[in-house]
Amino acid sequence: MKLKSYGEGIAKGMLVTMKNAIRDPITTQYPEKRLNISRRSRGNQLVWNKTACISCSMCARACPVNCITMVTSRDENKKLQMDKMDVDTGVCISCGLCVEACPQKCLFMSRDYEKAVYSRKKLKLTKEDILMTDSSKPSGYYSPENETKLPKQTLLIDGKKWDK
Amino acid sequence: MALKTETFILNAGPQHPSTHGVFRMRLTLDGEVIQDVEPVFGYLHRGIEKLAEGLTYPQDIVFTDRLDYLASMTNNQAYVVAVEKLAGIQAPERAEYLRVIMAELMRISSHLMAVGFLLNDLGAFLTPLLYMYREREKILDLFDMVCGQRLTYNYMRIGGVSQDIPEEFIPALKKYIDSLPGFINEYEQLLATNEIVLIRTKNVGILTKESAINYSAAGPVLRGSGVKWDIRKADPYSVYERFKFEVPVGSVGDIYDRYRVRIEEMHQSIAIIRQAMEQLPQGEIQAKIPKVLRPPKGEAYGHIEGPKGELGFYLVSDGSTNPYRLHVRPPSLINLTALKELLVGVKIADAMAIFGSIDICVGEVDR
Ligand code: SF4
Ligand code: SF4
Repeated sequence: MKLKSYGEGIAKGMLVTMKNAIRDPITTQYPEKRLNISRRSRGNQLVWNKTACISCSMCARACPVNCITMVTSRDENKKLQMDKMDVDTGVCISCGLCVEACPQKCLFMSRDYEKAVYSRKKLKLTKEDILMTDSSKPSGYYSPENETKLPKQTLLIDGKKWDK
Repeated sequence: MALKTETFILNAGPQHPSTHGVFRMRLTLDGEVIQDVEPVFGYLHRGIEKLAEGLTYPQDIVFTDRLDYLASMTNNQAYVVAVEKLAGIQAPERAEYLRVIMAELMRISSHLMAVGFLLNDLGAFLTPLLYMYREREKILDLFDMVCGQRLTYNYMRIGGVSQDIPEEFIPALKKYIDSLPGFINEYEQLLATNEIVLIRTKNVGILTKESAINYSAAGPVLRGSGVKWDIRKADPYSVYERFKFEVPVGSVGDIYDRYRVRIEEMHQSIAIIRQAMEQLPQGEIQAKIPKVLRPPKGEAYGHIEGPKGELGFYLVSDGSTNPYRLHVRPPSLINLTALKELLVGVKIADAMAIFGSIDICVGEVDR
């Protein structure tokens, strides 16, 4: 094919590259610096509020990959109680359907994202592991009360704003 | 003395920097000229269609995320459109508008990747691609804000969307949409007049109008060949009739035209998002649907214009909670059928560029 010019287009491209070479970097030096993650972040752990739970197993049934194992029984007052609630986070695909299915709104996605462990067995969390404590970080996914309490997400479009 | 020659078989892929995932092309070469091509795929087969039969309708949305992983939102949309057709559900207006905004953002993001990877395949290794990644990151930020994940959104629901947008979404979207044309221009300046790019893309990999139709190609591949066909105009779904936008087409059907169509479509998507933001009504985001959805016996085919072409879901219901059969019409796979015609007779150096210009996603080809 015939070209109108030779080298002009390449020079133009170089100019753009030069301009970009002298601007500030947009990447973050993780883990020294961290951005605020989304308020609705779906991390790979669940947070469970035991006191509100009615042991209805809706969450286990909603899960598309069957990673919640639940065993319930009735106590002497005929009240349902949770004997076992295992969440295999190695299988969990963080879809959030269990959280949406919970009628008591007592199950939350977690905002934790550093969840590497040394053995596969440790990926299986028991009900003690997912119990809501002061240190657990429930996310605002499907939970507007949590959402408003959390810090705003850092957006690349707003430029750099490190939280620490 | 007569020289003895023979053809040479070259495996391009499944681990190759330009195969866009695990896809293998078995090329039969005569010197540098391709004589035959045999695509080998299935490395990423997860049996999603079969899996879907064992799960309920709402649970299947999760697996549509994993088809075309560069355009999960539109996969969600295509699936819910099909289920809504099957069950006779109408989503509320606000939900439809939100779906349109998300789908168009997804289209921009997918096209950014497509043109970025195309230049990667042309030999501009990674540099232009990283410009694209930068812009795509801003879209992923927005999706992350809305649904909490960057890739597997699982955002749309049968009869609506999962959650309403947070209040900081619209200002951030406005800011992004205003900045995007500037970026596209910068990118055009970077490469569109580059002589090497022009020589390598113009009049290379020509797919004629007739063959494009015969292969039932769709999306930018079809429109690049000059056929004005876009499901958003031809069979409007959601609220697309309310927006003014053009359907850009190419003239020759070469790599360059497909590239141009994608760039123009990004501008059109920006226009659609602007209008959708203006018209966005208040109100419900989820229609009333039964807790356990049992669509009536029958079948339905719902299709939308995905970033890569017509994305359709065919559903058969036997009246139970699970689909009896789910079939996907993946645009990537069907566009790929034109590959043989495009590749036979060209030099090996152009093969990857042509392949890149089709823009496939292996997650969708293999399913
Ligand atoms: S997030 Fe999804 S995959 Fe994980 S436990 Fe909940 S329903 Fe199951
Ligand atoms: S759905 Fe909620 S209330 Fe029911 S068992 Fe699960 S966590 Fe408990």
